[in-house]
Amino acid sequence: MTQFWWVIYPYLTLAIAVVGTLYRYRSDQIGWGSKSSEWLEKRFLRWGSLLFHWGILFIIVGHVVGLLIPVQAFDTLGIHRELYHRTADLFGGLAGIATWVGVLLLLIRRMVFDGVRRNSSTADFVALVLLFLVITLGDMQTVIMNNAVGPYGYRHTVGPWLRGLLILHPDARLMVGVPIILQVHIILSFALFAVSPFTRLVHVWSAPLRYPTRAPIQYRSRTGFRR
Amino acid sequence: MRIKAQIAMVMNLDKCIGCHTCSVTCKNVWTNRPGAEYMWFNNVETRPGPGYPDEWEDQGRYRGGWKLYKGKLQLRSGGPVSRLANIFHNPDQPTMTDYYEPWTYDYENLIESPKGKHQPTARPRSLITGKVMDSPVWGPNWNDDLAGGGEIAARDPNLGHMQAHVAFEYEQAFMMYLPRICEHCLNPSCVAACPSGAIYKRDEDGVVLVDQEACRGWRFCVSACPYKKVYFNWNTHKAEKCNFCYPRIEAGLPTTCSETCVGRIRYLGPILYDADRVVEAASVTDERDLYESQLAVFLDPSDPEVIAEARKAGISDAWMEAARRSPVYKMAVEWKVALPLHPEYRTLPMVWYVPPLSPIMSQLVNEDDLSADGYLPTIDQMRIPMEYLASILTAGDVAVIRRVLLRLTAMRAHMRQKNVGDLESSRLVREAGMSIAQLEDMARMFGVAKYADRFVIPTAKRHDEANLEYQQGACSLEELAPPEGILPPLVRPGGGRV
Repeated sequence: MTQFWWVIYPYLTLAIAVVGTLYRYRSDQIGWGSKSSEWLEKRFLRWGSLLFHWGILFIIVGHVVGLLIPVQAFDTLGIHRELYHRTADLFGGLAGIATWVGVLLLLIRRMVFDGVRRNSSTADFVALVLLFLVITLGDMQTVIMNNAVGPYGYRHTVGPWLRGLLILHPDARLMVGVPIILQVHIILSFALFAVSPFTRLVHVWSAPLRYPTRAPIQYRSRTGFRR
Repeated sequence: MRIKAQIAMVMNLDKCIGCHTCSVTCKNVWTNRPGAEYMWFNNVETRPGPGYPDEWEDQGRYRGGWKLYKGKLQLRSGGPVSRLANIFHNPDQPTMTDYYEPWTYDYENLIESPKGKHQPTARPRSLITGKVMDSPVWGPNWNDDLAGGGEIAARDPNLGHMQAHVAFEYEQAFMMYLPRICEHCLNPSCVAACPSGAIYKRDEDGVVLVDQEACRGWRFCVSACPYKKVYFNWNTHKAEKCNFCYPRIEAGLPTTCSETCVGRIRYLGPILYDADRVVEAASVTDERDLYESQLAVFLDPSDPEVIAEARKAGISDAWMEAARRSPVYKMAVEWKVALPLHPEYRTLPMVWYVPPLSPIMSQLVNEDDLSADGYLPTIDQMRIPMEYLASILTAGDVAVIRRVLLRLTAMRAHMRQKNVGDLESSRLVREAGMSIAQLEDMARMFGVAKYADRFVIPTAKRHDEANLEYQQGACSLEELAPPEGILPPLVRPGGGRV
């Protein structure tokens, strides 16, 4: 079972995510996008979307720092365990709460407003509910458990496990004994990766980073244009 | 010189009777699909009025178009970085309430109701939620023919800076129609605002189109267009806009709205312009210079240097010939009687308007006794205030409006008195600055308005196309209305679905 959840399952979901995304990109350009519903409802979206998106961008950076950078690197830099955890607790916690409030608002909005609900597909709800669960569990660990029970040293267990996974040397034993909240958080996160190609979540791959540097007015020839 | 060609349009407002035929034929061709029901690529507004969408000219509210920022052209909503910072929530995007909630009627109830004491009714039902609506409260032409009176008409953003001149007492009320489509601007702010680069302007004919496969639904085009002529399809989650009926234009046919206009108010023809001078023209400091600066971007198709450059740029002789015969070039450049819509938005729009004249003529009581010169003072006392027309067509420059009205008046006076006496020496014709030949040419163009004179549209160069046989009969619209967006099930009061 350990092997399944911490080796087979992550690779399986990641494979679905990669292959699924490529397939969707090739076959469904017309459906690729963020599926905005701002036209139907704007007030809740403003708070929900802004809190959620900026929060989750911050949290992604936090996860990279916390999981992909080995604990030894922090030690060499002279950042102690105590300082690290306090910082992570404070900023991660605040961003976590903001994101959670945001995703909650978005979920309520999607269920309550008639126009938005009727214009939502099952995939929209699956993505949103999964996000809500993942963020709730993450916040439970960071905000509640860390302060109630004490910080958990994930940099010695989850961190090395994830890095091993990424360099194709997974070690499932590292995940034994990890708090159950974190375990479910991780499993649901990989589920989110797996469903993402089949939902609106594909829009994250279309972040228009080239936009600020391109010419403002775009001309295209009627016949000569090649994508 | 980077020479490009564009098929441009002129609408002669003098002859618009506000019948909405253009809107209806356009809708039947392009926007009778789920998600597009509320879109009017072509709509006809009664002015004064808030227009559609609500108060679209109020750029303090929608922040569309361009502005000068430290002497340089910038989108009114801010630079590219601030746009990306707003990507999670577009503060300027209009919502359904700014347009209207699209609805249909419960027609089935008329057929399927059991026999009863009362006539069955077809109640309105929302196309968004499927619910029965108690009463629709706003629509795309709710204030047609000044319906709603001074209360609604007063919401016209153009009236803001001319309150003193306008009264809504019955005796002084004025009214005109303003049919609107996408302006297919030379400096389109929607194109500049698109983070995905999905909106583009075509080299060959200047049509501004949305690449539906590249559109990611960020919606900045919707808010950046000061004319509010890019729409968000809530069903496909992509932007859509007037495409100038490009399949027809490519075949040398007029757009649907032009073809079906019963008043023959629309004219189509090529204009050549220098793409290198567009930004410079849009960046002049004084808003009132924008009309002249846009005229300076247009090129004379009879100029040998322009002809040589055009050939180098791959513009065919057929296009050059059409550009020389173009009614749009005549009205905009030669006669200078057509004017751009809201040049102060700095987008250099390419659908121009001949301002309406009729209301002043109806004020004349003793037209038979009036000499040609007698018309002159009436121009300044017309029913539609010149300030109002100037606010719409010349960024407030009344002198330009006056000149155009003078020319149109001279044309009328001349044609009416053609058999009465020679007007060549009259003050009216002299002040209009037109020759008798030009006036008669103009009268034929506006009055007779023959099909072949109104529409001079060269066909697209077909031999450039790679897959002509394959493209024949293909319809790019088929994928735009996926099945998940079909009519929502009807919800009758009491909750039962049918």
